[in-house]
Amino acid sequence: MPEVPETPGADGAVGNGAGHHPHPGAAVPLDAPQFQVAAKNPRRVEGVVAVAFVASFLALAAFGAAYWQAASSWVLGVTLGIALGAFGFALVAWGKYLMPQGPFEEPRPQMATTQAEKDEFVADFATRGKIAIERRGFLVKLMGAAGAVLGVVVAFPLIRSLGPRPNQVQSLYHTKWRKGAKLTSIEGRAVKVDDIEVGGIITVFPPDDLGGAFSQTVLIRVQQTGNIVTQPGRETWGPNGYLAFSKVCTHAGCPVGLYEELTEQLLCPCHQSLFQLSDGAMPVFGPAPRPLPQLPLYVDSKGYLRAQADYDEPIGPGFWYRGGANNEYAQ
Amino acid sequence: MIDSLYSWIDDRVALSRSGRHLLDKIFPDHWSFMIGEIALYSFIVLLLTGVFLTLYFVPSSTPVVYHGIYAPLRGQTVSEAYDSTINLSFSVRGGLLMRQMHHWAANIFVGAIVVHMLRVFFTGGFRRPREANWMLGTTLLILAIFNGFLGYSLPDDLISGTGIRIAFSIMESVPFVGTYLAYFLFGGSFPGTAIIPRFFILHVLILPLLIIGLLAGHLGMLVKHKHAQFPGKGARDDNVVGSPLWPTYAAKAGGFFFLTTGVTALLGALVQINPIWQYGQYYAYKVSYAVQPDWYMGWLDGALRVMPAWEINLPGHMIPNVFFPAVLLPGLTFNLIYAWPFIEAKLSGDTAEHHLLDRPRDKPVRTALGAAVFAFYFVLFGASATDVLANYLSVTLNVVLWSFRILCIVVPIVVFPVAYKICVELRETPGAGQRKRHNIIVRSADGGYSTIAADEYPGYVKAELEPVALEEVDLVSAMSADADPGPEGVYRIPRDYS
Repeated sequence: MPEVPETPGADGAVGNGAGHHPHPGAAVPLDAPQFQVAAKNPRRVEGVVAVAFVASFLALAAFGAAYWQAASSWVLGVTLGIALGAFGFALVAWGKYLMPQGPFEEPRPQMATTQAEKDEFVADFATRGKIAIERRGFLVKLMGAAGAVLGVVVAFPLIRSLGPRPNQVQSLYHTKWRKGAKLTSIEGRAVKVDDIEVGGIITVFPPDDLGGAFSQTVLIRVQQTGNIVTQPGRETWGPNGYLAFSKVCTHAGCPVGLYEELTEQLLCPCHQSLFQLSDGAMPVFGPAPRPLPQLPLYVDSKGYLRAQADYDEPIGPGFWYRGGANNEYAQ
Repeated sequence: MIDSLYSWIDDRVALSRSGRHLLDKIFPDHWSFMIGEIALYSFIVLLLTGVFLTLYFVPSSTPVVYHGIYAPLRGQTVSEAYDSTINLSFSVRGGLLMRQMHHWAANIFVGAIVVHMLRVFFTGGFRRPREANWMLGTTLLILAIFNGFLGYSLPDDLISGTGIRIAFSIMESVPFVGTYLAYFLFGGSFPGTAIIPRFFILHVLILPLLIIGLLAGHLGMLVKHKHAQFPGKGARDDNVVGSPLWPTYAAKAGGFFFLTTGVTALLGALVQINPIWQYGQYYAYKVSYAVQPDWYMGWLDGALRVMPAWEINLPGHMIPNVFFPAVLLPGLTFNLIYAWPFIEAKLSGDTAEHHLLDRPRDKPVRTALGAAVFAFYFVLFGASATDVLANYLSVTLNVVLWSFRILCIVVPIVVFPVAYKICVELRETPGAGQRKRHNIIVRSADGGYSTIAADEYPGYVKAELEPVALEEVDLVSAMSADADPGPEGVYRIPRDYS
């Protein structure tokens, strides 16, 4: 008989007699039903388990051969799956039908300790610690200082060096669009005023930032005689029916990629915000809270489309330091 | 030889002194206790298949020209991460299988954790003394979700790259520190070149180590507390009733590991997952239609979609729209989960130790509340498919979106009383959930009819056996006595419960 582990305190504060109950019938007969296997006909279960094991190693051999022959992925997976599955099935059946199921029990001591145990532990901990610390108060202070320095070092140079401060690499407030920047396609071709038919759409970048995540801009050409609502102050921003808007959704920053020509709407495929291009790219549906910022354009003497300036507000989704008078943009 | 080796080791680690009791450790039998095992086993599958993938994956966003065997991509400029993922899928023996098994195992891992958590919730398994283990498990769920996201972001394909962009926006939206968080994680602005290597080391080293450590704590606490169990079969608060670790449970659990792995292998072989060669390389200005994340991010994606277009403008500052569904909502969710054991103890005034689990029907308020809250997240999960549903049902996005906005409020309100009512009725119906007996109509001598219940099906009702204290019995002798079948191949002792 193995020793029953002591369960100190079991008779103390806890009330329900936790600990070990000696089983009433200590001498359980060896033919008690608890010891018997669950299978009504163990020979048959043995047969099933044996078949499963054979299936398993046949499938494993097939897997090996298939791997050697560089067979396709599904052959490898099916053979491996059958091998593992049959092996698992055999083990489970063996355990479930050919091994004693009980029920057996073991005692479970309560977790809660007695007040005396707690007191003793706390007393030992506090007393020893107190003596150790009081004897060497100076060392404790030094240890604290070292810990504080470590904390500062981790917080400042280490974590700080993970990345630049916001705005040091790519400003949150500015894109790479500058006054006079030619509207350039991803292939590097500057867009001329005759390049796009009415209803056409193209993604453009400043020439020095092709593919830029922040400066990506959709350029569309609309009917000048159509129902375009021009925002006050933007009368000169859309020459010859060309309108350019930031392609970064003001909701979560996805590229606003799907253009519906008939309704002149841009749809963001991520969360289905819909922007009405003919009305200053106002959001008309979905979670986007702000219109897409508009890039002011002009046509130069050679017919190239150029930006009058950068966007007049931060593009894309919001952030804590956006808006208000004290952001970098307003200064 | 083996004896002397064992003896050599045992003289140095004293295994036989401490390990003896471990062999006798009792595992209660219930199907719902296997859900946590599925999580554990799929984590092992993740580790094994993940190691295979690291042998071939290159965590780098350096552009290269694709020259592999997949013709449609040849000549395109892609990142090394994307290039190596395509190559390990198409050119490495078993590579695609390993990748698909890894992805499937990740989905199963998080799914099993969620179902396991629901099991623990609805049966009251989080009550004292298991509150801390509940919180540990919640942390494991969060880590699993994060690591899943990091993992499917690594191939740098068009869908996952869009997900990283959204993650950047979500980080940016945190008040005060958001932009710093985002810039420090990405090593600058989006997209930069640091994010793939950083996600890689988080995904393959840091988060797995955290998960392994917390998992050890989770299981260690389980051993310390011993398993909770359902009432019946002589189970009490001060015992554990079931089958012993060695050999019965070891065979069943070991077999279950191989079954889980086998199913994962079949899924990896036969059900395509994340075919990144169809999505293409990520470019910041490109996007594809029907962009959905892996399932466990669905509730967040759905929340982003149904959130009304609100933002809070403060003097000089802004609380952006995405903050509410993507930071505040998960923050509240997980803090509520962490706090639930304490909230319930406070509300019910029950602070006693519990090792016997509840049947959900016996705690109608908890069950109804849990069902209502789960229904809320389930509706959000559905809302992540607004675009697909609009297409499929041929209705406008507008209708679908507004339906979900309404449903995520209405459904929980409906679910609560319905679940409550079902619980109460089940509790009050004797024999609910058990097989009904046939009724026999009998006619009496004077012509009257009456019904009586038929006899039980033979073998259906099993007399409950008294549990035998394992320390009191000689299992070895009993097993050897039982292991000798008679001449007909049937064991000497017929198993007869009557």
